[in-house]
Amino acid sequence: MSDNIIGAAKPRIDGPLKLTGLAKYSSDNLLDDMVYAYGVFSSIASGEVTNIDLSVAQQSPGVIDIFHHDHFPQLFRTPSSMEQENKVDEERLPFEDNQVHYAGQFVALVVADSFENARAAAYKVKVDYKTSPVLANLAQAVKVNGTQLHQDSRNSRGDPEPAFQSAQHKIDFTYVTPVETHNPMEMHATVAAWSGDKLTMYDTTQGVVNARNVYAKVFGLSPDRVEVITPFLGSGFGSKLWPWPHAIAAAAAAREVGRPVQLVVPRQEMFTTTGHRPETSQRLRLATDDDGRLVSLRHESISTTSTIDQGNNPYVESCGKMTQGLYSCENLLVTHSTTGTNRGTPTSMRAPGAAPGLFALESAMDEMAIEAGLDPLEFRRRNYADSDESKGLPWSSNKLREAYDQAAEKFGWSKRNSEIGSMRDGNEIVGWGMATCNWEAIRRPCDARVSLRADGTAYASCATQDIGTGTYTIVAQAVSQVTGLPLEKIEVELGDSSYPSGPISGGSWATATALPAVAAAARKALEELKSYAVSERGAFVGAKADDLSIENGQLKSADGKTVAFAEVLKQRKLASADGEAHTGGAPTDQYAFRSFGAHFVEVRWDQGISNLRVSRVVSAIDVGRAVNTLTSRNQVEGAIVMGVGMALFEQTEYDHRNGRPVNNNYAEYLVPVHADQPEVDVILLDYPDYKFNEFGARGIGEIGITGLAAAVANAVYHATGKRIRELPITMDKLMDDVPQAQQA
Amino acid sequence: MRNFAYQRAGNVTQAYTLHGNDNSADFIAGGTNLIDMVKLDIMRPERLVDVNLLPLTEIEELDDGRLKIGALVTNTDLAYDERVTTRYPVLSEALLAGASTQLRNVATTAGNVMQRTRCPYFRNPSRPCNKREPGSGCGALDGINRNHAVLGGSDKCIAVHPSDMCVGMQALGATITVEGPDGPREIPFEEYHLLPGDTPEREHDLRDGELITHVTLDAPIEGAKSHYLKLRDRMSFEFALASCAAVVALDGDTIREARIALGGIATKPWRSHEAEAALKGKPATEATFQQAAEAALAGAVPHRDAAFKIPLAKQAIVRALSTVTR
Repeated sequence: MSDNIIGAAKPRIDGPLKLTGLAKYSSDNLLDDMVYAYGVFSSIASGEVTNIDLSVAQQSPGVIDIFHHDHFPQLFRTPSSMEQENKVDEERLPFEDNQVHYAGQFVALVVADSFENARAAAYKVKVDYKTSPVLANLAQAVKVNGTQLHQDSRNSRGDPEPAFQSAQHKIDFTYVTPVETHNPMEMHATVAAWSGDKLTMYDTTQGVVNARNVYAKVFGLSPDRVEVITPFLGSGFGSKLWPWPHAIAAAAAAREVGRPVQLVVPRQEMFTTTGHRPETSQRLRLATDDDGRLVSLRHESISTTSTIDQGNNPYVESCGKMTQGLYSCENLLVTHSTTGTNRGTPTSMRAPGAAPGLFALESAMDEMAIEAGLDPLEFRRRNYADSDESKGLPWSSNKLREAYDQAAEKFGWSKRNSEIGSMRDGNEIVGWGMATCNWEAIRRPCDARVSLRADGTAYASCATQDIGTGTYTIVAQAVSQVTGLPLEKIEVELGDSSYPSGPISGGSWATATALPAVAAAARKALEELKSYAVSERGAFVGAKADDLSIENGQLKSADGKTVAFAEVLKQRKLASADGEAHTGGAPTDQYAFRSFGAHFVEVRWDQGISNLRVSRVVSAIDVGRAVNTLTSRNQVEGAIVMGVGMALFEQTEYDHRNGRPVNNNYAEYLVPVHADQPEVDVILLDYPDYKFNEFGARGIGEIGITGLAAAVANAVYHATGKRIRELPITMDKLMDDVPQAQQA
Repeated sequence: MRNFAYQRAGNVTQAYTLHGNDNSADFIAGGTNLIDMVKLDIMRPERLVDVNLLPLTEIEELDDGRLKIGALVTNTDLAYDERVTTRYPVLSEALLAGASTQLRNVATTAGNVMQRTRCPYFRNPSRPCNKREPGSGCGALDGINRNHAVLGGSDKCIAVHPSDMCVGMQALGATITVEGPDGPREIPFEEYHLLPGDTPEREHDLRDGELITHVTLDAPIEGAKSHYLKLRDRMSFEFALASCAAVVALDGDTIREARIALGGIATKPWRSHEAEAALKGKPATEATFQQAAEAALAGAVPHRDAAFKIPLAKQAIVRALSTVTR
């Protein structure tokens, strides 16, 4: 066995395919006889379609068919279920009726012989609407309809109200985060092909198994009649977790026209019909005793959902989920409510719940520390939780204090002058802030297959996906770890629902879930190989299988004789030794599993030109074992940059008068560019969490973004004395002399 | 995108002849702006006349000290041309503050003069917009208007002219040469772009069928220094929230001559004669710069989300002047 392959810094094994353009993404699939679909998207946010005039569009070159609510096959809704792996967020089927719930909703679909002809014809479809009153944002929706409290995610202990009332120091503030849109580089796309009653979907999905189950339900097929293929993803950040209407529309259209259909969602509509992180409003009430220990902590949040889902089983942004156990506090209340708006259905976006939730909590912790007269880092240390008080369970592993120590040391926190605006450098005021980051570790059941082959290679497959983060590579590392074969001898296939059932690429689950199954399958294949070796005509005939050990891709007997796997197979004239395995979830009744960390952030504020930038970030992250330190570091660095975007730039704007998106394009929806990158220093603590899985790995995709926006806001306060409780932190919120706006 | 016919012109006469004088055709050079708008379905040309083969790619120094720039000179070539970087550095700075390397490599000088607004109500055919569809109303006036104009607007339109290059040219002084069926004519740069007034659909003084052939920069002001400062949310690849091109010539500590042009806050590339008057003959001090900034923004209108642009533009002016005179 090779010990050092886990935890090594290995470049992606699929890198050459991507660099040379050979990696096939969904819309790269150009099937024989394929035609193209383009949507007509609602220009109103609320109301109904009263008439669709196709007279001009139907005459447009190349048009094959135009679907809409009066011309679309009858399909089945799928009951959304995480457990049954048939989850959708937007339960309404495309073209189900003439109702319009959000701007950007599909109201028609043109199928034509080319992408250009389909789009040109789509522009010629004339739709008449009757508009209804619109709920354009959280405030309007709460005012009209109030909120719905979700009891299942309520968490409480002790009695927070009296503890708050009698406490020495207290704060009570509301924090607001806007709608953010995922914007993966690869657009959502589907190529749907029918062969009889078998459906093949080349689909941009973060979960091929879930997608297969959903399409099977929607089209009334058994799951084995559907195959979903996603070998590569240009990321998704959560927007590709569950199927959206376009994929169902494409599959239905393909069946109707009798030809494969390709549908790519245009960039503008990736802001409307493929999910977003909802707007939140979060009230935080904290109180401490004289020693700076939390005696009362309340985190009550409202998030927006779509009018389609409100009242059914809406997506809830679980802002308080980390708050329940991150700090020690006897009296606690966490609640989540939703309110329906005329926006598309929201969904998970990188660190769902925790990203906006820790902006609020960690901003409030900074305010509370100042109120209590304590250094923000010291305040957090005093409230360290020895166990998960929300579950009454010990942590499997919690190295938060060491993360604080290491990051603070490297950042130079001890040199911080706590006086506001006191640290200057030329035209700039320097501000330092910090925040804790936190994410729940989840591991689910998983299947995998490994073959040791007569050509000396190994092959592993699992129906999970590589979202771009390096899953191919870590699966190969796991096989290498067990077999001793080098990475270049290991072939990995992912992203096909016909492979053994694997996890979604989301929630930082994939690594922790898939690797134990892959390793177990590899071990089974080795057992199979050993049984071939010790039986008649075998390389070790007469030996006991248990006496054979594994060394660098060879079997080794007690007396030191070694034979390569391939030779063992050749001697028996066998193609391969195969193993399949099923592994279970984590022991969640014994331990609470979370990853922890801390961000330390430096901002620079040039008041003379109202310019704010994040100049430096030092983060220490405890995710157990990082399986591949190269791709892990890449994950955290990327999450930090995304956190800078969340802090300073990102917000999807909707016109308050009619609910229509305003900045739904890559130019006006701002994310950080190269020039915005701070100096980033990531420290990966290395404490394998073997209570979680045999590799000690808790996953790493989400944690880096949590807390980052709060660390920025806290640094901004230190520089400017202005507490920004509403993201993003734009210059206009920091300027002193803005004149009263003209009343319209 | 709707289908269109494509024609390629070999010379200027052929170009405007192919174009004709109706509204069904557009010229295309770099296409970075036009194709975008065709895809958005807000421009629907029936014919495109490709002018990329026209012999308008030269930069030429004239005997009177002016610099004549061909319409097809790319933003990249112009920004790095030695005559520009040494004699007109503010133009080079402005060009490099705009767009991205990839865009600048294909975007042309005339195309940038013709660049159209980023107003989201203009750029979506289902929204009201007096510029795109006269009489349909202005979505921005009471809508989301953080990126909109505080100077030069009307009750019909407050869309910002987005170009950085034009702000540099506005400060330097220039002449635009156009050519059409009635022959060539010259238009002072400052008069080329029009204020929206009651006719926001009329953006410039170019007649049907006419084509820009050159932009000629005035001779540089002797002894002047300059700076282009662009303020925005992120550090690159974003349109200006406020920008300032400042050109200043000093006699000792006294300002002999100053040119101030502003971007990101006005409906056209904005030359501020008010600021220039407040600077001329005054000592080069922060107090003078503040007075110039106040003068420049005196008539500004603080729309719903854009009120912050008024102090921001003042800051851009003061910092640009401080940098130039340092």
